[in-house]
Amino acid sequence: MSTRKRWSSWRRAPRPDAADRGAAEALEGAPAAMAELDIAPNDPLLGYFSSGHATVDLDALELDSPALAALRAEGTRMVVPLISQGELIGLLRLGPRRSEQEYSHDDRKLLDDLAAHAAPAVRVAQLVRQQQAEIRDRERMEQEIKVAQLIQQQFLPHELPDLPGWHVAAFYRPARSVGGDFYDFIHLPDGQVGVVVGDVTDKGVPAALVMATTHAILRVEALRLVAPGEVLRRVNQLLLDEMPPNMFVTCLYAVLDPASGRLRFANAGHNLPNLHHQDGVTELRATGMPLGLLPDMEYDEHTATLAPGNSLLLHSDGLAEAHSPDGEMFGFPRLAKLCGERDGGEELIDLLLGELASFTGPGWEQEDDITLVSLQRTGGGGDEPRVLDEFEVPSEVGAERGPVERVVRAVSGLDLDAVRLEKLRTAVAETVMNAVEHGNKGQPELPVAIRVTASAGSVEVAVTDQGGDQPIPEAPEPDLQAKLAGVENPRGWGLFLIRNMVDELRTSGDSLHHTVHLVMHLHGTGRETDDGE
Amino acid sequence: MTVSETRVSVRRRDGVAVLDIVGDIDRDADEPLQHAYDQAVAPGDASGVLLNFGKVGYINSTGIAVIVGLLARARKERLAISAYGLTEHYRHIFGITRLSDFIGIYGDEDSAVVGASPADAGGGARAARGGGE
Repeated sequence: MSTRKRWSSWRRAPRPDAADRGAAEALEGAPAAMAELDIAPNDPLLGYFSSGHATVDLDALELDSPALAALRAEGTRMVVPLISQGELIGLLRLGPRRSEQEYSHDDRKLLDDLAAHAAPAVRVAQLVRQQQAEIRDRERMEQEIKVAQLIQQQFLPHELPDLPGWHVAAFYRPARSVGGDFYDFIHLPDGQVGVVVGDVTDKGVPAALVMATTHAILRVEALRLVAPGEVLRRVNQLLLDEMPPNMFVTCLYAVLDPASGRLRFANAGHNLPNLHHQDGVTELRATGMPLGLLPDMEYDEHTATLAPGNSLLLHSDGLAEAHSPDGEMFGFPRLAKLCGERDGGEELIDLLLGELASFTGPGWEQEDDITLVSLQRTGGGGDEPRVLDEFEVPSEVGAERGPVERVVRAVSGLDLDAVRLEKLRTAVAETVMNAVEHGNKGQPELPVAIRVTASAGSVEVAVTDQGGDQPIPEAPEPDLQAKLAGVENPRGWGLFLIRNMVDELRTSGDSLHHTVHLVMHLHGTGRETDDGE
Repeated sequence: MTVSETRVSVRRRDGVAVLDIVGDIDRDADEPLQHAYDQAVAPGDASGVLLNFGKVGYINSTGIAVIVGLLARARKERLAISAYGLTEHYRHIFGITRLSDFIGIYGDEDSAVVGASPADAGGGARAARGGGE
């Protein structure tokens, strides 16, 4: 033990002029003064008292001890160690006898007897006092937890969004000590919905307050800016000034367009959501620094599309980072595998919680908050895209020809005029060429997948290669004059053409796949004029 | 759409070398086009080069690059290039790529030959194009 021992003991202030009433009176004199004595852990006096000595006459002691010097200086003559179950639990300190006579053998015997009886009683009193202090501490902590919970629950959504064609489910269970998890749904313009899942480092009231601040800033900026990357960038800037030291917030922010199933998302250091689709479960990858740590952070925006039957699970650490009694972690792979075993919604959440309970065993104390949000596209929205054709081609030079014709056949029944059909031809051809050349690096064994879907107002051609998720490059527009002058490669027209042919261009993907979505509106969108003319 | 080998034949009309292109224009069109261009300019008397796209079904981005290469060469040799027979779609693409700023685009061969005549040859593509619309 490196800290100094502090002894409180009853002691009678020395009064040399008082009548001799014996040592026992020293204990009953009123008022008994309470004095504290600090004894360093390496002070030999401590060892001496602990070694089972009876009443000690300080005058007879020869020890190089600061505590002994202090005791003598305050006039203490005799010390009676109180020992309970072999442990030194207190000291009885006496000044000189009031008669100014020395303590007699009988006095000392009386003091020894008194110590033998007093020690257990003092020990009991100490334990009671210690227990009372612990109860007070626990009550204070529980009060703090209640306050934190109250703050936190205040900011959790009171109801889930009602989206036609979607089933939304959410689960939140705070750990006993309350972490800083939060989730939110924000109604945005054009029927879009913002979905937030976040986690504040630290626990208790400070974390709850940071959560409340983050929640408030996010709501304002989400409505103002909409684009997820922009929203996180702005929230990060605003939080920097508000963030207490050593705290930060992880947060995944997604904007869902329920009509198309399109999801735009950006991530500030939070767990990656799991997308359950017809081919399995993939993590939607997006990275970025947590909020409130560093200024001027950028957050890339990614997109994914949830087709009917797909579901997305957003989650916090509490589940994947839970531990079994053997110290094994529940883990992200297990979580991903389970996501593939249910369609989504409450069924999935129940499965996850059931598996967690079996994994952690009975009597487990939850380590961190658990937040789960499931967005499940049920397909009952009324304007579900229908698949017109779906096929794959090998990555070979000239591979774009076949798909172009097949796409043209697939959309032949739609209200797409000749001009727009030609544009779609070019866009599909260029996109497949890019997939073969750049995504699959011309490896014939790697397929390019093409999926043609139609909804009430548009047709979409999704072209998927095996090149992994990557944003559309922000390449400058090709400069013909520079190309003619030989200062720019004569090639490099593909992406430029694609951009100019379709009404919407976006990408999605996971660690293995990269998909380009080409969308043509069936009734035109004012892109008919030639930009170059 | 099947892969269609590009064939280019060269003829003369009123001093203008006409390149009749049949097939698709992609990266594989580079060689036949350059070869035809060689033939067209070899006598040294062509007042201009006219590309006939009337039998071209498909032009992709690599084909655009081939045309850019041909145009760069012609500009070095101070020969004007013009074109006709483009579908509405490819006229649009020539517009957005700004190829039509450097290549006179005409609706038919007659107006193209008139536009590409020696009197107009130095007037630049913009003037020629205006005459063809």
